[in-house]
Amino acid sequence: MIAPEVEELLENLYVHEAENGRYPPREIVEKGAQGAVSLKLAVLEEQKYKLTDAGMQAGQNVLRRHRLAERLLQDVLAVGPGHVEEDACLFEHVLQHGVDEKVCILLGHPTNCPHGKPIPPGQCCKKAQDALMKEVRPLCDAKPESEGTVAYLSTKDTRQVQKLVAMGILPGAGIKVIRQFPSYVFQVGYSQFAVDRPLAEVIYVRWKQ
Amino acid sequence: MPASAISRTSIGGKPLKTEQHKKDVSLRKVLLVGSPNVGKSALFNRLTGRYVTVSNYPGTTIELSKGYAEITHRKVEIIDTPGMYSLSAITDEEKVAADLLLTEQVDVVMHVIDAKNIERMLGLTLQLIEAGLPVILVLNMADEARRLGIKIDAGRLKQILGIAVVETVATTGEGVKKLIGRISHAKPAEPSRIYYGGPIEKSIAVVTQQLQPHEKLSTRTRALLLLQQVQTINDTIDWAQTIDKDYLRRVVHNCLSQLEHSVHYHVTVAIQGEVNRIIKESVLFPDSSSRHFRERLSRFCMQPLAGLPMLFLVMYFGIYKFVGGFGAGTVVDFLEATVFETYVNPFVVNICDAIIPWPAIYDLFAGEYGVITLGIRYAIAIVLPIVGTFFIAFSILEDSGYLPRLAMLIDRVFKKLGLNGRAVIPIVLGFGCDTMATMVTRTLETKREKIIASVLLALVIPCSAQFGVILGLLAGHPYALMAWALFVGTVFVLAGTFMARLVPGEKPSFYMELPPLRFPRPGNVVVKTYSRMVWYFKEILPLFILASILIWAGQITGLFQFLVRSLEPVVNAIGLPDGAAVAFLFGFFRRDYGAAGLYDLQKDGLLSGNQLAVAAITLTLFLPCIAQFLVFKKECGLKVVLITSVCICIVAFTVGFIANSLFNIMGLVL
Repeated sequence: MIAPEVEELLENLYVHEAENGRYPPREIVEKGAQGAVSLKLAVLEEQKYKLTDAGMQAGQNVLRRHRLAERLLQDVLAVGPGHVEEDACLFEHVLQHGVDEKVCILLGHPTNCPHGKPIPPGQCCKKAQDALMKEVRPLCDAKPESEGTVAYLSTKDTRQVQKLVAMGILPGAGIKVIRQFPSYVFQVGYSQFAVDRPLAEVIYVRWKQ
Repeated sequence: MPASAISRTSIGGKPLKTEQHKKDVSLRKVLLVGSPNVGKSALFNRLTGRYVTVSNYPGTTIELSKGYAEITHRKVEIIDTPGMYSLSAITDEEKVAADLLLTEQVDVVMHVIDAKNIERMLGLTLQLIEAGLPVILVLNMADEARRLGIKIDAGRLKQILGIAVVETVATTGEGVKKLIGRISHAKPAEPSRIYYGGPIEKSIAVVTQQLQPHEKLSTRTRALLLLQQVQTINDTIDWAQTIDKDYLRRVVHNCLSQLEHSVHYHVTVAIQGEVNRIIKESVLFPDSSSRHFRERLSRFCMQPLAGLPMLFLVMYFGIYKFVGGFGAGTVVDFLEATVFETYVNPFVVNICDAIIPWPAIYDLFAGEYGVITLGIRYAIAIVLPIVGTFFIAFSILEDSGYLPRLAMLIDRVFKKLGLNGRAVIPIVLGFGCDTMATMVTRTLETKREKIIASVLLALVIPCSAQFGVILGLLAGHPYALMAWALFVGTVFVLAGTFMARLVPGEKPSFYMELPPLRFPRPGNVVVKTYSRMVWYFKEILPLFILASILIWAGQITGLFQFLVRSLEPVVNAIGLPDGAAVAFLFGFFRRDYGAAGLYDLQKDGLLSGNQLAVAAITLTLFLPCIAQFLVFKKECGLKVVLITSVCICIVAFTVGFIANSLFNIMGLVL
């Protein structure tokens, strides 16, 4: 486990290097520099500390925990905006050893902190994304006999939406694929419809396994 | 089809005249509305005893039909409308029904739905109730729903919706009496309020303030329609005229900025949520639907490997054998040789000999191109059997539900020609009557597709009369028939490909409902064939007679001889004898006239196999008949028609010339 003051420095250096933040103030540098260098997470170059590759990793991880903590404090624990920043600085050191993942899942893999800054994605976010991608795919990719429910329509073309809606293709509607070629044929309720590829591409369906 | 279409709120949009209301104050008006292919027309026939074309094909009713029913000794006007999915319409045909609902004073709105698809269709019922209209919900095709094991609790539905709910089977008449009994009791129900979400509700509130009270449509519905259709609000909708369009546009813009999709979409989703709640309480669906023989056959039809041989079988037995062999062969021979040549013509000639001393007038009736000896003879002896048999074959196909499956199979090919699968209907119908088919191009979504389909119909597709005569003409020359098919088919593909690149406009998009396969009902086939024949004869018999008169006048004045002489060099250039020029000229009056003219030449042994093939190719491609010309103009505008006509003349003779030269160079004798 890395000491809190070292983590504080790594986080600040990471924001400085990766997000163009300002260079950390002197007291933070003084407190954490020795530990960071001895752990080979930072090196001194021209009077300024720079993160090594491992340091970048560690810094990103601290930042992720900090911003997750902000979300947790504001969204779940309803801590007022005045205290969020301060408390998050303490929380980030606690959220370790998988607790951060649990918080991330609890919050539904948020992408931004309350100030609108990005939360670096963790392993759990990538896994969730993959699972979602596997589960929700457009109609044009599905094999005959696949069944599922319509998840969403990925189009801004109002005529397309109107056509699909007229066929009863709305989020939540049950759908079953009958053919892929030469046109896409599917069943909604007790009616069958045929559509061409441009329409089949915009219907995203949550498929049953 | 238009056989019984009395009035038509034109798509361009003149409203029915308001004086009409004043005249029939006591006449109750009943409007049939609902999605395509739910049996509105079949129900209309049951209610009125009139016949409009009913088919197992979405979008067959393209105009309004009116009829009358007597209900407790009072006359009630029943109006059948083209299908519509929701109050805010997309296509021209849908707008016909929606506009009528929004502008006309209607006493009862019957919302006809396909009972098994209640889940998908009940949304419109809710919209109609919300609009404050006096609605009756008709659960049609109740037998199909029962067969599938779907149990609809009509009593519970009635309770929830607050309107009359009647189960019917329009094709057998089940429940129709009960439905008639409900007509006089229909009144607007108290709508349950559907929440459309914050931004939309706020916008409705804002727009509502700008609207005057209206005797028929609720303010909420009108506000909602304005929000959805700000671009396309029709001038005929009087209540929409008072609102400030710019203000409305700002409201809509503001609303849309807070929504993910269009207002229409979010409204539909909200309504569907309500529908699902209602369905849960009132409908019981079976756990799983076992796959019937019907479904397996349906899937079989959709396999490209099975579908194309099936198309071939349909073409071979339906068209070639039945229309070409039986209609154009057996029946024509009988009517032509036995009835006319033996009895009618000598009879007419004798009478005219006896009573008409002036040769000019004599020719008008009984001469070579006389009204009776040519005009009526062609109409009855040649066209009637061919068109009749075609319409029988087409009605059977249409009733079976095969055509939408063909559309689905052929969509990819048609896309290359700038069309979508839907165009299969006008194109196939064109083999019956190109004029009727050109009218049906209205069911295509974009102007571009309408033009491309109309041009292909004018250029390539032979109508059944022409096709029948051509089949008869080439009967003894199978190679000539093959050459004809090859050339005409190639021109079809080339012309389509060319236009797909040339004609500007939106790319075609294909979506179509595939109705269940049904066994064609003989009664229905007879009714449909009959109503199409009536339409056909109303339209064409006068033209046949007119054509005879024109030809007669042309000959008397010498104009025809002049035109024929100027055509002769062109005709000679493609290797045909002078006599063919007459056939081409007549071809403009009726396509089949031209082909039948060649038929006469062939009977006299004046044409070789090669010449027959060249003549048949050129004539097929040559100008459409006057009737088609007029409908084409109405649908696509004069400019398009004139350009097309010039191109058609050039293409027809050029292809004829190429064919003739090829045959000569290759030394083919067909």
